[in-house]
Amino acid sequence: MDQERIRNFSIIAHIDHGKSTLADRILELTNTVTGREMRAQVLDSMELERERGITIKAQAVRVTWKGHELNLIDTPGHVDFTYEVSRALQACEGAVLVVDAAQGIEAQTVANAYLAIENDLELLPVANKIDLPQADADGAARELAGLVGDTPDHVLRVSAKTGDGVGAVLDAIVERIPPPIGDPQAPARALVFDSSYDQYRGVVAFVRVVDGEFRARENVLAMAQGTRFETEEVGFFSPTMKAADTLGAGEVGYIVTGLKDVAKLRVGDTLTTQGWPASEPLPGYKDVKPMVFAALFPTDSDEYPQLRDALERLRLNDASLSYEPETSQALGFGFRCGFLGLLHMEIVRERLEREFDLDLLVTAPTVAYNVTTPAGDVIEVHNPADMPPERERVEEPYVRASIVVPKAGVGAVMELCNDRRGRFDHMEYPSPERVLLVYELPLAEIVFDFYDQLKSRTSGYAGFDYDFAGFREGELVRLDVLVGGEPVDALSLVVHRDEAYSRGRALVDRLREEIPRQMFDVAVQAAIGSRIVARETIKAKRKDVLAKCYGGDITRKRKLLERQKAGKRRMKQVGAVEVPQEAFLAVLNLDDGKK
Amino acid sequence: MTGQVRHLYAHLPFCAHRCGYCDFVTVVGRDGWHGRYVDALLEELDLERGWLADPVETVFLGGGTPTLTDGSELRRLLGALPTADEVTVEANPETVTPTLARMLREAGVTRVSLGAQSFQPELLAVLERRATPDAVRRAFYDLRDASFDNISLDLLHGIPGQSATALEADIDEALALAPEHVSYYELEAKRGTRFAHVHGAELVRQAEAMEGYFELVVERLNAAGYRWYETANFCLSSDRAGGRDLRARHNLGYWRGRDYLGLGIGAVSTLGDRRRRNTPRLNAYVTALARGEAPDRELEALDVRTRDEERLMLGLRLDTGLPLAEAERSVDPNALGRVERLGLATLRADVDGQPTLVLTPRGRRLGGAVTVELLA
Repeated sequence: MDQERIRNFSIIAHIDHGKSTLADRILELTNTVTGREMRAQVLDSMELERERGITIKAQAVRVTWKGHELNLIDTPGHVDFTYEVSRALQACEGAVLVVDAAQGIEAQTVANAYLAIENDLELLPVANKIDLPQADADGAARELAGLVGDTPDHVLRVSAKTGDGVGAVLDAIVERIPPPIGDPQAPARALVFDSSYDQYRGVVAFVRVVDGEFRARENVLAMAQGTRFETEEVGFFSPTMKAADTLGAGEVGYIVTGLKDVAKLRVGDTLTTQGWPASEPLPGYKDVKPMVFAALFPTDSDEYPQLRDALERLRLNDASLSYEPETSQALGFGFRCGFLGLLHMEIVRERLEREFDLDLLVTAPTVAYNVTTPAGDVIEVHNPADMPPERERVEEPYVRASIVVPKAGVGAVMELCNDRRGRFDHMEYPSPERVLLVYELPLAEIVFDFYDQLKSRTSGYAGFDYDFAGFREGELVRLDVLVGGEPVDALSLVVHRDEAYSRGRALVDRLREEIPRQMFDVAVQAAIGSRIVARETIKAKRKDVLAKCYGGDITRKRKLLERQKAGKRRMKQVGAVEVPQEAFLAVLNLDDGKK
Repeated sequence: MTGQVRHLYAHLPFCAHRCGYCDFVTVVGRDGWHGRYVDALLEELDLERGWLADPVETVFLGGGTPTLTDGSELRRLLGALPTADEVTVEANPETVTPTLARMLREAGVTRVSLGAQSFQPELLAVLERRATPDAVRRAFYDLRDASFDNISLDLLHGIPGQSATALEADIDEALALAPEHVSYYELEAKRGTRFAHVHGAELVRQAEAMEGYFELVVERLNAAGYRWYETANFCLSSDRAGGRDLRARHNLGYWRGRDYLGLGIGAVSTLGDRRRRNTPRLNAYVTALARGEAPDRELEALDVRTRDEERLMLGLRLDTGLPLAEAERSVDPNALGRVERLGLATLRADVDGQPTLVLTPRGRRLGGAVTVELLA
């Protein structure tokens, strides 16, 4: 296909503003799927995506409209997958920016729009849901125009639900989004903007060809990682996989690689042919590092092998999930997992519990710290228990948070951000009624119930999104919890010095309630190094006897003791102290308790 | 044929009223059944006589309220049971009269266990006991007057509403009577009983205050010259009793893991590697024995390990401790070290040089938990 007749675009939107519905309508209107095939939101294939209304994996669908080939590249809607979003956007020349006309622009709209502008995309603002009685199409158009620097009359008005105006969107895509400008005669280069794993065909790469062309049975090189493979098939989605002879410059499609490990082909890498390789890869590849960490333990320690197998299988189609074995004296064998963000963590956890039927105990999420040792070495710490006692400095990840809130909620949001060590960056007024606040916040504060607090303090009206803003030094300390003088590894935290006392107090109080009295006094302490910041004592039991025991009830009394023994065996041992698993659960859910 | 069993128990289930906290097999009313029931007991004795040693060492008549049984029937039963060194009868104070006391003495009873429970009228009312404090004392004197020189008082601590002062008053009252033996139990409000339903909340509220009651009982009785020889049992120490060993020999048999034969409804027998429990149903029991047949029984096989566990559970209740050789298979050697380090138990040699595990006083107050800890 002549590049002049190709348009590559994404749809970006805040959650529930109608991105998937618009995509469905486009597929229908272009006769890509017949009405009979039409399933609501065909692009969201995973069960979880359907339920959560979010898209985890990007996909690309080719449609034809008035003699043009249009490639719709679906992007994940969440900040955890920012890198994937940015690679997907890099594969496009334009983006349709959808806003719910009844809601106006939201934090995610802003973040996505910025991302698109950074990628030099032509933005096509669309006010959706104009069929709703409470829709304010003019207001939404004004906000959108303000955001993208356009005029309100340029904003398209549609109802993806009824199909009203969708044809005009397709026309505008052809008219306003520029065609790709690669060199069909140059050595082949394609950007991998996503991949998935098929258990029979291995890794399937989603690519945007920039220069040259790719075909089946051709030796290919992934330039950043150095992975070599032979293409088994090339093609495109319409909406199901359709094999093609070639994928040429400007086109979007898939390449079946036959690779058996998604980690061998990372998003952002550049493919070229081994026979006539390109000299330079496409710009922008980076190795995405997990930012949020938590340890996962099976509630029943016998399920450890199942957990290991399940993680292995998830890793097959989620290259951004990392994990390593972790042993906790309190919780047994498990894995410390690295996630792109909180949502990613939730998704992994839910998939493990739902698809693999595992019952999991998850430690409080923590972030990655860069620690400089006295010797000058810089180490990355993913587990609070690994935080070295001697350190020169500790850096923690910060995010730039965009919060959109009705005017009345500004004070509450500012107070929350200040409580959470936020630094005010700036403020905008996208509409007379709503304020965009931009703060820089430590990621650690975000993972500790920030979102719930934000929602509760603004009666649910605040919207929130963030992207990473680098590492900054912080006054951070490691807070250990000791039971009977023994540190409980799974409960260690890294907290800001100013919060150490209150967090330690809360942990100790909760544990005192949860740990049953023993045959001796048990000290429950929170400590920074050797300094105790909170302490409670669980007093020893003073009596524990079977009142009477005679010939008639020996069996019953013996069974009673056997039951108690069985209960003891289920306890986790911290030094000499027996702690029921529920106690750890209660403490790990401390955040929940505060909500 | 002569057997090896030296301890004989007979159950007399009849009661005038079922107390709220009671979980024994009892029968209220059915006054006309006493004669038939004693017939059945004696029939069962005949059937099982082969198990018994000659002579037996102890006989124990428990209930129910044995002394509520029609006097002539009770006398007939006592006359037909084998003679023994120790013959104990449980008695409720309101049933004791000078006549009954004399009859028991003449029928060979050596020891009476008097169910006093408390001397405080309001606490007796909570327990739904029918005797007044005066009746308790009068019953005690009636027994003394009939020349009983081994009387045990049954008392309870942890009664709903019982203050520490009230507990001390009960101990004072008990000591003033100078009984040879005292059983002091913590009240157990069994889940699901009417009593737990009525008083459960109060007991929870008082739990912390009552935690020290057990300790107080032990301290006071020790100070008064009583030997704390079993978790809930005390006897006047031998140096204050002219050298007599006043421990309950029948119950010592249980705590030392001896075999015993139980007769009557709900009665349990432990005979070597099996334990059996008679039907608790009066009608079924009497009917079967009237036909000369054994009553329905629940059977339980006791393997070596189970017996060892029971030895551990029971032996640790005694101040003389547990000869380890008797419970080897049930004791976790690591746990042994732990409880020793915690000052809850010590291992010492008994008179024959055999290693014996003895709980310290604190260990005995935590005896249940220590047993669970030690269980392999």
